[in-house]
Amino acid sequence: MKYKLTLAAALLSATFFASGASAKTFVYCSEGSPEGFDPGIYTAGTTFDASAHPIYNRLLEFKSGTTQPEAGLAQSWEISADGTVYTFKLRPNVKFQTTDFFKPTRNLNADDVVFSIGRQIDEKNAWNKYISGATWEYADGMGFPKLIKSIEKVDDLTVKVTLNRPEAPFLANLAMPFASIVSKEYADSLDKAGKKEQLNQMPVGTGPFTFVGYQQDAVIRFKKNADFWGPAPKIDDLVFAITTDAAVRYQKLKAGECHLMPYPNAADVKAMKADPNLQVLEQEGLNVAYLAYNTTKAPFDKLEVRKALNKAINKKAIVDSVFQGMATPAVNPIPPTMWSYSKATQDDTYDLEAAKKMLADAGVKDLSMKVWAMPVSRPYMLNARRAAEIIQDDFAKIGVKVEIVSFEWAEYLQRSKDKNRDGAAIMGWTGDNGDPDNFLDTLLGCDAVGGNNRAQWCNKEFDALVKKAKVVSDLAERTKLYEEAQAIFKKDAPWATIDHSLSVVPMRKGVTGFTQSPLGDFTFEAVDIAQ
Amino acid sequence: MFGFLLRRIAVLIPTFIGVSIIAFSFIRLLPGDPVALLSGERVMSPERHAQISAQLGLDRPLVVQYFDYLGGVLTGDFGSSIVSKKPILDQFWALFPATVELSFCAIVIAVALGIPAGVIAAIKRGSIFDQGLMGIALVGYSMPIFWWGLLLIILFSGTLQWFPVSGRISLMFFFPPVTGFMLIDSLLSGQKGAFASAISHLALPSIVLATIPLAVIARQTRSAMLEVLSEDYVRTARAKGLSPFRVVGIHALRNAMIPVITTIGLQIGVMLAGAILTETIFSWPGIGKWMVDSVFRRDYAVIQGGLLLIAAIIMFVNLIVDLLYGLINPRIRH
Repeated sequence: MKYKLTLAAALLSATFFASGASAKTFVYCSEGSPEGFDPGIYTAGTTFDASAHPIYNRLLEFKSGTTQPEAGLAQSWEISADGTVYTFKLRPNVKFQTTDFFKPTRNLNADDVVFSIGRQIDEKNAWNKYISGATWEYADGMGFPKLIKSIEKVDDLTVKVTLNRPEAPFLANLAMPFASIVSKEYADSLDKAGKKEQLNQMPVGTGPFTFVGYQQDAVIRFKKNADFWGPAPKIDDLVFAITTDAAVRYQKLKAGECHLMPYPNAADVKAMKADPNLQVLEQEGLNVAYLAYNTTKAPFDKLEVRKALNKAINKKAIVDSVFQGMATPAVNPIPPTMWSYSKATQDDTYDLEAAKKMLADAGVKDLSMKVWAMPVSRPYMLNARRAAEIIQDDFAKIGVKVEIVSFEWAEYLQRSKDKNRDGAAIMGWTGDNGDPDNFLDTLLGCDAVGGNNRAQWCNKEFDALVKKAKVVSDLAERTKLYEEAQAIFKKDAPWATIDHSLSVVPMRKGVTGFTQSPLGDFTFEAVDIAQ
Repeated sequence: MFGFLLRRIAVLIPTFIGVSIIAFSFIRLLPGDPVALLSGERVMSPERHAQISAQLGLDRPLVVQYFDYLGGVLTGDFGSSIVSKKPILDQFWALFPATVELSFCAIVIAVALGIPAGVIAAIKRGSIFDQGLMGIALVGYSMPIFWWGLLLIILFSGTLQWFPVSGRISLMFFFPPVTGFMLIDSLLSGQKGAFASAISHLALPSIVLATIPLAVIARQTRSAMLEVLSEDYVRTARAKGLSPFRVVGIHALRNAMIPVITTIGLQIGVMLAGAILTETIFSWPGIGKWMVDSVFRRDYAVIQGGLLLIAAIIMFVNLIVDLLYGLINPRIRH
């Protein structure tokens, strides 16, 4: 019996590695199923990894391993002096993928760009609601419908975008997955055939890999795009083996059933590093976890109270216990990998005696408060309950009694943004486009009070700085403005900044060319495997 | 028999409507707003929220939504997923064969091992075999599926590497689904080694999913057999000098099977619940995993549609069990 099973295993589990002699097949054990393949209508990174990155390109792309936008389908661009008119020159001779279901007859041109962005911002566009319930969450979240006044074709390879106001992060926004360029010719052919929904199921783009097929919740297959305009991918086939459980992903990686996996369990990382068949990459993630006080409610409206509580939190204990060291204590509201990160900011030192004294000086005695713990694990906060317990323990040492509360996730999101929320809420954020505006204004701006600004903190001075930085195009000046804003943030302490987690990527030995993205994307066009 | 069938079907109609009301209303009783979840941590403006709610028809009174939904269901339109925007029925039929295949293999294992084990335990009542078997059955019944599955993966896939860790077939095989059943499709594909690969991928999840039903069936068979074996007619059969095989295999087992068949029928429902965990751990692309994901995303359309379809299938299976009952025991037909 043992012999038979072993033989079967030898025959069967040899899987693709044995068959890879003729073609290089790279298998990625992805963490979930894509919601669809049109990046414009979704918001999940899992969906973008399976659609925007392998299949599509954007006018600008984030330079590999950075958050710096560089030329993508747009070879160059000009910005008018008032910062409201962007003229993009498209790369010539870019071909859309040829698939079993679509054979393009022309190269990429301005029509494709106007179509791809236009459908997201114009409700009257025939493709705005091309499938039931289609919404353009990212375009809307980035304010595109109000920001973009017009998008026009100047000639075949020139596109002009006119904005209603200057917006410095606009170029970075165009490099985001939702702004992927789809083929208008393909869309027209689907429209003609009465199969519009196929745009979301059988995608065609200009990216490094061509879509081959998707077996729901199981496997997505791509092959190398032979016509790709950039450096040709080194692998022939790319396969996403959807494996939702992190422990199972690890077993698959160990067994050689996949080459690379995302989001390992923190507890497994040590063993992964010790495994001679694996290599582990690490990078600080573009994220932050924080404890947001409700700065409009007593006693948290008092700066001394917030500062005292900040001094009582042992961030290192949280990093060690929740992340097993796979995180760094956070000082600023933006991560250290982001440009304009202020190194001058001094963190509140962990000092229980000083904290006690500050509370007493503020006239606060026998304080009881709620700490809200998220019910879900996110990259920036793996176990909010555990973090809340550590905070509870810390606060008890300075005489503050903590009640930990939690709600189902959707309810938590809803209730934690309430202006009358009682207590401090653990929350976090992962950056979308690498621009500090995406953290500082989105999470702490006055407009976001009652929304993303869960501290309900509106500091006019801070707000003026981040609003100004949004319309200035000079990077040095923007950096200075954001540094000043961070100093005000730290001084006013609307949050206790908790951590920036590390992004850990385990992969098989022999995998080369993979670069970790600070944005958390998984892209494989430069990946190679030793045969 | 035909009248019996009609009576059973007549009961199914109000049951189906009841299930549709429960499926529709229960998910809406849960806290959590599906529209707000679409944007995750990114807070949606109230205007945008209202706009999307209207677009999805969620701003209408619940009664209107329900009758609209029921009307759709009666014409075969179960709506589209709020998250993926794909039609529910398409998704269901794409995933359902995987669950059926897994559940079928699990029930075959459970029946093929559970009934003989129960019979032998009953015949050898009080022996070490009986006590050992029932002890194992109790452990099997109490086993948390998630833990059990992970344990098997670590041992048989990770350490011994006898079986693949997860999935339905090795990634080296690629063929379009014909029936959706991997065992059949792999045979139809004509690709060498595909069928064996599908079997090897099915082994561990089937064993995990079969564990609880196997324990239940073994215990039920044992107790039913014990009861029947003490009946007068069995004694008479023995007194007539019939072989032990005929006494047990033909006279006793047939009557003992009635409660066992009921149990097997009920296990189909239990199995669908177990499939949720088994599918999650083995990355098995079936409806269990699909439903769980949808609950977390508050995807009302998928949850209500999926529940209704699953309930319809369970009702159908129970109908078949009732008919089998009638075949085995003619008195029930009347």
